[in-house]
Amino acid sequence: MKSLQELAAIRDRMKQTVSTREAAHDSVRVVVGMATCGIAAGARPVLNAFTEEVARRELHDVLVTQTGCIGICQYEPVVEVFMPGKEKVTYVKMTPEKAVRVVGEHLVGGTPVAEYTIGGATR
Amino acid sequence: MFRSHVMVCGGTGCTSSGSDRIAEAFEKEIAACGLENEVKVVRTGCFGLCALGPIVVIYPEASFYSMVKAEDVAEIVSEHLLKGRPVTRLLYDETVAADNTVKSLDETAFYKKQKRIALRNCGVINPENIDEYIAFDGYQALGKVLTEMTPEQVIQTILDSGLRGRGGAGFPTGLKWKFAAGNKADQKYVCCNADEGDPGAFMDRSILEGDPHVVIEAMAIAAYAIGASQGYVYVRAEYPIAVHRLQVAISQAREYGLLGKDIFGTGFDFDLDVKLGAGAFVCGEETALMTSIEGKRGEPRPRPPFPAVKGLFGKPTILNNVETYANVPQIILNGADWFASMGTEKSKGTKVFALGGKIKNTGLVEIPMGTTLRTIVEEIGGGIPNGKKFKAAQTGGPSGGCIPASLIDTPIDYDNLIAIGSMMGSGGLIVMDEDTCMVDIAKFFLEFTVDESCGKCTPCRVGTKRLLELLTKITDGKGTMEDLARIEELADFIKSNSLCGLGQTAPNPVLSTLRYFRDEYLEHIQNKRCPAGVCKSLLQYRIDPQKCRGCTLCSRVCPAGAISGSVKNPHVIDTSKCVKCGACMEKCKFGAISKG
Repeated sequence: MKSLQELAAIRDRMKQTVSTREAAHDSVRVVVGMATCGIAAGARPVLNAFTEEVARRELHDVLVTQTGCIGICQYEPVVEVFMPGKEKVTYVKMTPEKAVRVVGEHLVGGTPVAEYTIGGATR
Repeated sequence: MFRSHVMVCGGTGCTSSGSDRIAEAFEKEIAACGLENEVKVVRTGCFGLCALGPIVVIYPEASFYSMVKAEDVAEIVSEHLLKGRPVTRLLYDETVAADNTVKSLDETAFYKKQKRIALRNCGVINPENIDEYIAFDGYQALGKVLTEMTPEQVIQTILDSGLRGRGGAGFPTGLKWKFAAGNKADQKYVCCNADEGDPGAFMDRSILEGDPHVVIEAMAIAAYAIGASQGYVYVRAEYPIAVHRLQVAISQAREYGLLGKDIFGTGFDFDLDVKLGAGAFVCGEETALMTSIEGKRGEPRPRPPFPAVKGLFGKPTILNNVETYANVPQIILNGADWFASMGTEKSKGTKVFALGGKIKNTGLVEIPMGTTLRTIVEEIGGGIPNGKKFKAAQTGGPSGGCIPASLIDTPIDYDNLIAIGSMMGSGGLIVMDEDTCMVDIAKFFLEFTVDESCGKCTPCRVGTKRLLELLTKITDGKGTMEDLARIEELADFIKSNSLCGLGQTAPNPVLSTLRYFRDEYLEHIQNKRCPAGVCKSLLQYRIDPQKCRGCTLCSRVCPAGAISGSVKNPHVIDTSKCVKCGACMEKCKFGAISKG
């Protein structure tokens, strides 16, 4: 290594890896339901899709985590998005493809994907 | 991309209680559940709360598992990592609220008041991975110094920050650098004192184990500031994990070109070697340490000349302690004002303390200078176990003194500690409760200095030995008031006539216990009594015939056959046979046995 740019490149590459350990208290939380019902319905690929898309877009203040059964098993995989100061948004019957769109439109763009939410899907 | 990180403490404390096996169990279980591409296991340095080790922290939730056993791992993996349900039963109880929700670690009493600068990466990064150090701004300070600052500016920044030596004496670090920079020589050296020897202190070990690159980076900065190209880390051979991680870190830094020739293409050369100390306490003294690096017997020499003028191999040298170095990169990155905004008027920044003795949360804490002893003991330390009362705290190890309960509200900094007859030392803080005999404590530390005196100068070699004999006389119940006067005279003589810091500070534990607990010395001398019930020669165990039911248990547990009596009749202790082990008192169900 002969330049500060090389050092900065390593730092930026590693930043996403270690950001998992730096979850800020006011960060956006994406919570994937990972009880038996969720896992059976395919929550794991959804969780991984969120993790990877968040990393790809370098969203350092987004925390992707998991939880147990929320109680609406027929709608699994269920994903809840908590943004500071905003109401919780609940997405249902999620897929990895839908997850990528939620990251782009909701987490980055700020507009929930209405058709995937529990309100939109059950209407 | 890993969605979850399992951080397993790999510090010495947790390693000795089996954290290696726990990390292996995690790797195995994670693979068995098919999560090896989702969950990463990282071995870290010390988290600080050693009392609750082995510690495992799982991110992103930052769930803090304490006292983890290898048998618990399968449950944690299948519940927490697979199904997303933290196993609250195994979490640190302070992080679990009444409604079973998990609170942040920063909200616990142990971590709430801490401010981690020197320990910032300990427990956060994998110390054997230079990339993780770089991710947390590692080597940025070195880059900044080499490309944007002159050596004079670096020294001025350290001076302005008010950083003082964390190894004991508290000499201003910037001033030390300035002296060495001002001396012209064809070769200069930068040394790191990692010969941590105070009983109970382990912060330097923990920094080397948890964040070895910070020491390398800081030493390179210091070398640039004073114009040195070679450094040495003098570390105890008894710290195998620290030595290993430091060596791994040095080879990684060399591979990246962060040590060696022409660092960052600026023409600055610096390299670093590790020297192992063979375990002599005196080698923590700067002149003895440098003599030892030179390959000679580790003995101190008179100063001046100071190392900044004539140090290692006769060349200008600076020597700083591990914790001191650990602050340097942060000062460079955040500025002198940032550092100086913490602490007290003359003691800036934070200090790491190793909490030990009669305290609930034994471990490592880093707090702003000026925090009171009460906050450390009662809040961060969680108080004294078993409902006992706080009696005193010993700081500074064998060079320091004790702080009695009456001074518990003293803000801890260099100058306040000196004023009350103790010293910062390297930051060992041993808490004592009412069951501790202060004469015995003074004797304990003096035994240590007698063992560790190198023998070069008479006041220390002979003086400490005689002092110990006088103390032993007192704890044996043979002391006189003349002995007390002699102790004080001899202590003053040793302080003012010894060659190095070891001897000059050796009488401190005696003098400070005499200052605050003179009545205990008098009890030993005049009434032949040890109020804390520690000094065996002054103890007598007695059976209260009113309370004794004649169950015979005591006579059966007595290893010396000193208790006699028949069933259902009060028993009697033959004091000439009694070895004062206390086994009878521990076993008696009726509280019939007392000592005093």
